[in-house]
Amino acid sequence: MSALLDLRVRRKAYAGKTVLRDVHLRLDAGEVLALVGASGCGKSTLLRIVSGLDGDFEGQVQLDGQPQQRGMASRYVGCVFQEPRLFPWLTVARNVGFDVGPNFDAERVSALLAEVGLAGFEEVWPKQLSGGQAQRVAIARALYARPRLLLLDEPFSAVDAFTRIKLQALVAELAHRHGSSLLLVTHDVEEAVLLSDRVLVLEAAPGRIARSVEISLARPRARDGGALASLRSEVLEALHAVHVF
Amino acid sequence: MSADHELIAHLTPPASPSHAPRRLPQSWLGLVLPLGLLLLAELAVRVGWLASHLLPAPSDVLQALQELAHQELLTHIAASALRVAAGFMLGASLAVLLGAWVGLSPLALALLNPSFQALRAIPSLAWVPLLLLWLGIDEAPKIALIAIGAFFPVYMGVASGFRDVDRKLVEVARLRGLSRVALARRVLLPAALPAVLTGLRNGLSLAWMFMVAAELIAASRGLGYLLTDGRETGRADIVLAAIVLLALLGKLSDGLMAAVEARALHWRDSFGASP
Repeated sequence: MSALLDLRVRRKAYAGKTVLRDVHLRLDAGEVLALVGASGCGKSTLLRIVSGLDGDFEGQVQLDGQPQQRGMASRYVGCVFQEPRLFPWLTVARNVGFDVGPNFDAERVSALLAEVGLAGFEEVWPKQLSGGQAQRVAIARALYARPRLLLLDEPFSAVDAFTRIKLQALVAELAHRHGSSLLLVTHDVEEAVLLSDRVLVLEAAPGRIARSVEISLARPRARDGGALASLRSEVLEALHAVHVF
Repeated sequence: MSADHELIAHLTPPASPSHAPRRLPQSWLGLVLPLGLLLLAELAVRVGWLASHLLPAPSDVLQALQELAHQELLTHIAASALRVAAGFMLGASLAVLLGAWVGLSPLALALLNPSFQALRAIPSLAWVPLLLLWLGIDEAPKIALIAIGAFFPVYMGVASGFRDVDRKLVEVARLRGLSRVALARRVLLPAALPAVLTGLRNGLSLAWMFMVAAELIAASRGLGYLLTDGRETGRADIVLAAIVLLALLGKLSDGLMAAVEARALHWRDSFGASP
C-alpha cells in the first residue's frame, strides 16, 4: 500500500549552499509525524516542498502514490503557519471558506468554527480577534477543504502557554476526527512527543534525518506521564547528539 | 465537559462598540484658528492697521463672492472642476494600469520604473511650454498638465501597493491553488487597495494644484483665471475669493475621497481606526 506522503529530497540548496541532503520521509494515512531540530536545519523548507510552495529541489514528492504536480497540493494538503495569515479584508467566515470564494458552504464553515470553539464568529473581522482566536480560524480554514494531510509549521509558537495547550489538544482531536494525517514542525520537544506517533530529529548543515523516535503511547496522553517524560528525554538526547547547543 | 469545551464556553464574538455620551467632536477644534484669524483680519482692516487694497476684510471677500455669484461664478467653478475631473481621470487611469503592471511584473519594473522616476523629478511648470507648443492654448494642454500632475502619485501608490503585498498571504492563496487571475482579484487587489486609495487621494490633490497652474498660464474661464483677473484689475478681494473657493473645492473632493477610503478599508486594523 502506498504511503500518503513519500518525500525524497536528494538535495535542496539556497544560493549554492546545500540545506537538505538525502532526506527520505514517509507518512501513512492517519499518522502524526513531528520534525524537530535546531533553527535553520531545513524543517520549514521540507514543509514548503511538501506543500508545493517550493519546487526547486532535486528529488520527488508523491502524494497517495502520485507524483506531485502543480495544484495537486491544494487537494491533499492544508497548512497552518506560525502566524494565522488571515486575510484582513475578509470576515472570519469568508477566511475559512477562502478556497471557494464568496460562494462557500456556510453550513460547513459554521460547523468548523463551532469545532474550533468560535461559534457565532462568522461575521467578525480578523482585527477583532485575539492571537489564539485568529489561529483557531486558521485551523478551521486549513480543514475546510477536507485535507488528508495537515502541515503545521510551528503553529503554536506565537501564542501564550495556556492557549498553546488548548490548541495542541484541539488540533490532535480535530485531526483524529477528520481523519487527517499531521506533519508537524516544532521547536517544542514536549509538543512533538505529546502529539505525534513518530518524532524525526533533523541535524543541520546540511539538514538530514538523524534519528527517528517511535512514540507508541496511547491517547489521550497526559503531560505529566512518566513514559512521556522518558521519550521527551530520548528526543532531547538525540537533539543534543546532533546539535551543538 | 472537556477542558476544551470549558475554553470554548467563554469565547464569544466581540460586542458592538457601546455608544458613549456624545461630546463635541475634536474636528471642531480645527475651526478655532481660521475663525480667530478671520476675526483678527476683519478687525485689523476696519481699524486701519492694514490697507484694504492689500488685504481685504473677510466681509469684503464675502461680498465679492456674492457679486461673483450673480455673474459667472458657477461657470468658473464648473470649468475648473471639469478640467480637474478630466485630467484626473486620464492621469489616474493610466497610472492605475501602468502602476499595476510595474507592481506585478519584475520585467515591467525593470523596463519602466527608472524612466518614470526620472520623469517624476521634472517640476510641473517645466512641461507647460512643451504642452503649449504641442497642444495649443485650448483645453488639451490644461487637461494634459493636470493628468501629468495626477499620474505620478497614483502610479507610485499603485506600484508600491502591489509590490508590497505580504508574501505570506500570497502563499496562502497559492497553496489553495488559485489561478493567476483569481490571485490578482481576490488577494493582490484588496491587499494593495490601501496604497492605491492613498495614491488616488494624493493624485486628486495634485490635480487641483496643477489645474491652477494650467489656468494661470492661459485661460478665459476657471478659478485660476479669476486669480489672474483679480491681480490684473487690482481686486485683492476677488483673488482671495478664488483662493477660498479653491480651498473649499479641494477640501470637498478630498473629503469625498476620504469617505470612499474609510468605507472601502473599514476592515483595516490601523492606528486611529475604530475596532
